[in-house]
Amino acid sequence: MNLTKRALLTGAAMAMSLAAAGTAFAQEKTKVGFVYVGPVGDGGWTYEHDKGRQAVEKHFGDQVETVFVESVPEGPDSERVMTQMALDGAKLIFTTSFGYMDPTINVAKKFPDVKFEHATGYKTAENVGTYSARFYEGRAVQGTIAGHMTKSNVIGYIGSYPIPEVIRGINSAYIHAKKVNPDVQFKIVWAFTWFDPAKEADAAKVLIEQGADVILQHTDSTAPLAAAQAAGNVIGFGQASDMAEYAPSPRVSSIIDNWAPYYIKQTQAVIDGTWKSEMTWDGIGAGMVGIGEITDAVPAEVKAEAMALKDKIASGEYHPFTGPLKKQDGSDWLAEGEVADDGTLAGLNFYVEGIEGEIPQ
Amino acid sequence: MDLSAINPVLLVASLMVAATAVMIAAIGELIVERAGVLNLGVEGMMITGAICGFAVAVQTGSPLLGFVAAAGGGALLSMLFAFLTQFALANQVASGLALTLFGLGLSALLGQGYQGIKPPATPRLDIPMLSDLPVVGRILFGHDLMVYFGLALVAATWAFLKYTRAGLVLRAVGENHDAAHALGYKVIRIRVMAIAFGGACAGLGGAYISLIRVPQWTEGMTAGIGWIALALVVFASWKPWRVLLGAYLFGGVTVLQLNLQAAGLAIPVEYLSMSPYLITILVLVIMSADKSRAPASLGRVFHATH
Amino acid sequence: MVRLEKRLQPSAVFAWATPVMAVIATMIFGGLLFAALGKDPLVAIRTIFWDPLFGQYAFFYRPQLLVKGGPLILIAIGLSLGFRAGIWNIGAEGQYIMGAICGAGAGLAFYPLEAWYIFPIMVLAGALGGWVWAMIPGVLKVKFGTNEILVSLMLVYVAEQFLASVSLGLLKNPQGFGFPGSRNLQQYPSAHNAEIFEGTGMHWGVAAALIAVIFAYVLLSRHQLGYHIRLTGEAPRAAKFAGVSPSRLILFCLGISGAFAGLAGMFEASGPAGQITIDFNTGYGFTAIIVAFLGRLHPVGILLAGLLMALTYIGGEIAQSSLGLPSAAIQMFQGMLLFFLLAVDVLTGYRIRFGQREAA
Repeated sequence: MNLTKRALLTGAAMAMSLAAAGTAFAQEKTKVGFVYVGPVGDGGWTYEHDKGRQAVEKHFGDQVETVFVESVPEGPDSERVMTQMALDGAKLIFTTSFGYMDPTINVAKKFPDVKFEHATGYKTAENVGTYSARFYEGRAVQGTIAGHMTKSNVIGYIGSYPIPEVIRGINSAYIHAKKVNPDVQFKIVWAFTWFDPAKEADAAKVLIEQGADVILQHTDSTAPLAAAQAAGNVIGFGQASDMAEYAPSPRVSSIIDNWAPYYIKQTQAVIDGTWKSEMTWDGIGAGMVGIGEITDAVPAEVKAEAMALKDKIASGEYHPFTGPLKKQDGSDWLAEGEVADDGTLAGLNFYVEGIEGEIPQ
Repeated sequence: MDLSAINPVLLVASLMVAATAVMIAAIGELIVERAGVLNLGVEGMMITGAICGFAVAVQTGSPLLGFVAAAGGGALLSMLFAFLTQFALANQVASGLALTLFGLGLSALLGQGYQGIKPPATPRLDIPMLSDLPVVGRILFGHDLMVYFGLALVAATWAFLKYTRAGLVLRAVGENHDAAHALGYKVIRIRVMAIAFGGACAGLGGAYISLIRVPQWTEGMTAGIGWIALALVVFASWKPWRVLLGAYLFGGVTVLQLNLQAAGLAIPVEYLSMSPYLITILVLVIMSADKSRAPASLGRVFHATH
Repeated sequence: MVRLEKRLQPSAVFAWATPVMAVIATMIFGGLLFAALGKDPLVAIRTIFWDPLFGQYAFFYRPQLLVKGGPLILIAIGLSLGFRAGIWNIGAEGQYIMGAICGAGAGLAFYPLEAWYIFPIMVLAGALGGWVWAMIPGVLKVKFGTNEILVSLMLVYVAEQFLASVSLGLLKNPQGFGFPGSRNLQQYPSAHNAEIFEGTGMHWGVAAALIAVIFAYVLLSRHQLGYHIRLTGEAPRAAKFAGVSPSRLILFCLGISGAFAGLAGMFEASGPAGQITIDFNTGYGFTAIIVAFLGRLHPVGILLAGLLMALTYIGGEIAQSSLGLPSAAIQMFQGMLLFFLLAVDVLTGYRIRFGQREAA
């Protein structure tokens, strides 16, 4: 019994190392794997990652082969999919959801020769790097436009779950809306779902009924924009993808996830053998966060101001979280001219002063 | 907190919209269950209807044709279920669940290439004088046509079950299929027709989401509404008007909790989000004093022995 | 004219032959679907059914069958007892979630203490969590006559919201930089549901599933309670005369299905998944309903059905990544398999006759 078990395990280990070695020599094509949390047709988060994958295929042509599995649940299923990709000879695997963090680390331990890139997490290893986008930079531009455009001074915000990523966005938008319009007020609704278009539509309608004439959303469907259009005189922004079908109004601009440059760069690094484990957190400057065209529904001077802000953020001259800033409870956060450090931002779990309501716990 | 920001008129108007899709689907399922068949595949038929309606509306530019196609698509898919349960005598619970799985996959395949497209707008009712009336104008005369269709469907279903001979036969089949068979009614044929009607209604409900309420196409966009429709039928104890009541109650609580959040009420959001389900259970307990019960043959396999 | 004639006794031959026929039919129609999508149907079918079992990397996939099938089997066994008695617990997904939360919560309450008794306490807490959640529809049905299908289904949505709440609050990893989700129990040895034999996929949840299969088999064929369950499902009036208390049966069936689902959730949270997160539940509770029926509500049938279901999941993932099939096609394929399995079962209980009906 014991003997057979050991034999089985040795066999497994041998097969694993053989598989790794075999692919290294036999394959000229570099195989790159992508693990998606939603379907590629979700029109939002996964859709944009898949556009990045297609860009990799196009850029490298015959040099690279990409594979992907969509709608992979977080947890053991994702671990299995990653293992299977590594067994099949993938040299680089992008795991594109926060919940894949521990599975990615687990699988990476078993395949030291395969490189892993995990999106939005905080754990790294010798062969695991992380990457994420500073969407809050885009939110600053949005907030500026929103602050100028609102006539009712009420801005509605649809949040998904109260996690640091979403809270950063709310704070950044609020700070910059307040800067250009001191009377501005935020109404925040938590949908408690990543994806439920009907509920998003309801949330947008409720906000509009309660006086909001600008809707910001941190959910991926176009339902809020459609609600804004139906209401008339309400504007919104594209989220994750450009949502240009609602331009020039209600969609006056958008925040676009643009993963293509990063995916191409990291794939190249693996081909060249120069890949290193890093924690990448890029924003507008590196092109990871795109600002969709600001339409003519926005007055020229507002547009110019927004573009100037965007350029200042891109060049690194300005950081959206620059003091003086206080927390919601009135205590000091950042002193005059002080800039928030990445550690605090990564785990941000409080509102800045002026935002009403509590973060659900 | 500022509760004055909640406008009751707008609240009622939006809960009517929020309730329509689930109401239409539930009415279809009610007829199916009244005929003694339990089809748990509502979610699958809804999502299939959502994409059929969306695709046809986009291709032809006509929302009306879209809704027709949605009803057709839902009915066609339900025929798979009808075949399994009525001819192959398969278990209805399992067949319904399989139908949902199949429908979700099918709709995703059909929908490839329809992401990020805006469907043609469905006309709204706008009667110059009436729609401008205070309070009632917005509630009664300011909706899209499908909201009225849904209400008419409830009324028609009620009248059909209560006053027509066909309705009586349908109920007889659901109560005791052996007796109905002995009386010479075609149990299988009647049930197949009921299933088709249920599929068509589910399809319409799905298209209401993809063409009016959201409107866009994304995979899995019905996000569980089909399951709520199933719950509504039981909640309504198989009575059409109670489906209406239940749908408004459910839609109302959902819209209200969002309103309370936007108004800044300091109740933990997750508990507000639970509230529609908890209130449904509560109402169910209260209503259980009422002894109306399920159709006696519900879910049972019928096979004519002679 | 085609018609069905009821067999006096279910056909033993067809009871075994029908699943094979269904799989073959699925391969044919699934192959047509894959061909329509521009893939080689033979390669696709081989990838789904053959590669996980006998392919190059089968040493990895075979244990995964247990990991994926274990929770399905454990939950389905519990559900099947109620289904046999006509008690419809549709809310196993919610009981699975509550079991996971209670089980993992009990373990985390001890963190960082290392002691032998932590894991057994977690097991009890998990079973208790699922049991309590299932007792809500049970007690409401017994006391007020409310419909258990609806209440148990509603409680799934309540449990999902509760899961989100604890992931963001109560159970949130204090060292997680504000991100949602609990500590990873895989890194807490006393609470970790590790593989019993490394590399076999055999963790305590799988062991529990196998025990449950035997337990259900013995209960149904050897024990009076099992007889009562079968009698209630087949002839409710006769059961009453035989002195079966419907209330006690309802509470027993719902309770045991809830406890099993809770156990499955707890073993998953402390083992393969490792942590409680917002999206912890992946539909095992609903899929298990299908598994229960595919297995004809028979313990051994459920065991095989659970493994078959797991095979299509795993094979489907391989087909997605190596052949580029969309997950929607895999979903349709699974739907087809279920349809065929359900459709051909008629041959077990009935004979197909051609021609005119004879005078009865």
